[in-house]
Amino acid sequence: MSISAILFWVLSVAALFSALMVVTSRNPIHSVIWLIITFFAISGHYILLNAQFLAVVNIIVYAGAIMVLFLFVIMLMNLNKESEPARHRWLQLAGGVSGGALLLVLVAALKDTELKSQQSLLLEGHTGLIKTLGQELFSTYVIPFELSSILFLSAMVGAVLIGKKD
Amino acid sequence: MVIGAVTLWFILEKVILIASIIGLSFFIAMYTTLAERKIAGWMQDRHGPNRAGPFGILQPLADGGKLFFKEEITPVTSNRFLFLLGPALAMIVALVTSTVIPWGAPVLTSTGTIALQVADVDMGILIVFSVVSVGVYGIMIGGWASNNKFSLLAAIRGASQMVSYELPMSLALIAVLFMTGSLKMSEIVSYQMANGWNIIYQPLGFLIFFICALAECNRTPFDLPEAENELNFGYHQEYSSMKLGFYLFAEYINMFVSSAVMATLFLGGYDIPFVNEASWGLEPWLYSLISFSVMMAKVSFLLFVFIWIRWTIPRFRYDQLMNLGWRKLIPLALFNMVLSAAILLWLKS
Repeated sequence: MSISAILFWVLSVAALFSALMVVTSRNPIHSVIWLIITFFAISGHYILLNAQFLAVVNIIVYAGAIMVLFLFVIMLMNLNKESEPARHRWLQLAGGVSGGALLLVLVAALKDTELKSQQSLLLEGHTGLIKTLGQELFSTYVIPFELSSILFLSAMVGAVLIGKKD
Repeated sequence: MVIGAVTLWFILEKVILIASIIGLSFFIAMYTTLAERKIAGWMQDRHGPNRAGPFGILQPLADGGKLFFKEEITPVTSNRFLFLLGPALAMIVALVTSTVIPWGAPVLTSTGTIALQVADVDMGILIVFSVVSVGVYGIMIGGWASNNKFSLLAAIRGASQMVSYELPMSLALIAVLFMTGSLKMSEIVSYQMANGWNIIYQPLGFLIFFICALAECNRTPFDLPEAENELNFGYHQEYSSMKLGFYLFAEYINMFVSSAVMATLFLGGYDIPFVNEASWGLEPWLYSLISFSVMMAKVSFLLFVFIWIRWTIPRFRYDQLMNLGWRKLIPLALFNMVLSAAILLWLKS
């Protein structure tokens, strides 16, 4: 087995296991920490595919910024096992059924795509490098890129407006 | 023996390099604690520690030994695993950042060149920022797992301070990247060797970056997470023995690494100032040694400035800290970014 195959299996097991632990942990803080580990495992996958920029940005934005906000909210609200409201049996059942249905839909939608026949490029290909990404974003996809930046700007203005004391 | 595309020799080289950089970080951090107390003494017109060994040079060992022999206390109400994870994360994150910093000119040997840098990756400086953004967890998890109101408050303060100051820091960095045109640390250094140091062209950027570095390391005047008069001892209140030692020590390693990052980004890295060292025709190993010492001199100077500021400026109030970060530094950094972009565009057209 080559070194990238070993890495792939280790990362996949880590990603799946930690993702399962996110859902099954009773303590919300533990869930957040498992989610951070999941993001790191996914970043590892990106690096295997030589999408370095995506890997680093995934860590900066998701593991570094968004999960900190999650932790903030959970710590300040002091959610824990004791204060968790007891859920009804049928609520858990409904959750299981709807989650399973979502999985079914995703599998059904993805099973006939061309992804299956395409071999992923391991440790080669320069699509994920910052130079290629920058050139693509500012030439081919310049309009969607600018539109999404306007979306971000309006979200920021909204956040400032809400946060302002009047 | 070959594993994948990697030879055993390559692995050995990197392991030696990593071990020596970690050793160096610990050594410098150890003696920064002594330097801090000596400089504090000098500034306050007293001797500072001078009992352990000549001029007190064994003082860091005595401090470390004391911490090791302290009683290990874990609060019964806290989460044991997370309680341990906090200081461990703080230490790991502090050490990981040093991987992408070039410590000196590459050594040319008969078998090839050995870069004095663990990994010269394309993402270079972004790796530093990703590690910095993860650095919050050491404080947050430790503070939460202590199950103490003061620890939690201090942890949340510290985390929001670090998140807030990351923004102007990265905005100041963007202006530097405009000029160098690369995220690779080695290319940032070679650009400065050819065109002069970035601090000459980006004085405002350096100032913003330095202030943010102070805040990221939780150093005075931004050491709010350990404001004794409001929060007892801060996020590490419940910690004792070497777990406390890890938190305190990680702060000094952070100072060392952030000084190295600033030296690389703004002060020309291992470049020797005012001379064209390439024309000297030195032996490669000698040149590497000199460039490494120059890098260390720059780092030591920045460390001195860190300590100097600590014993000069009093602590900010928390609202002043947030005001400075969001209302002053971010607009200033944005202005600096737009100005640099405009000037570069004008020069290139």
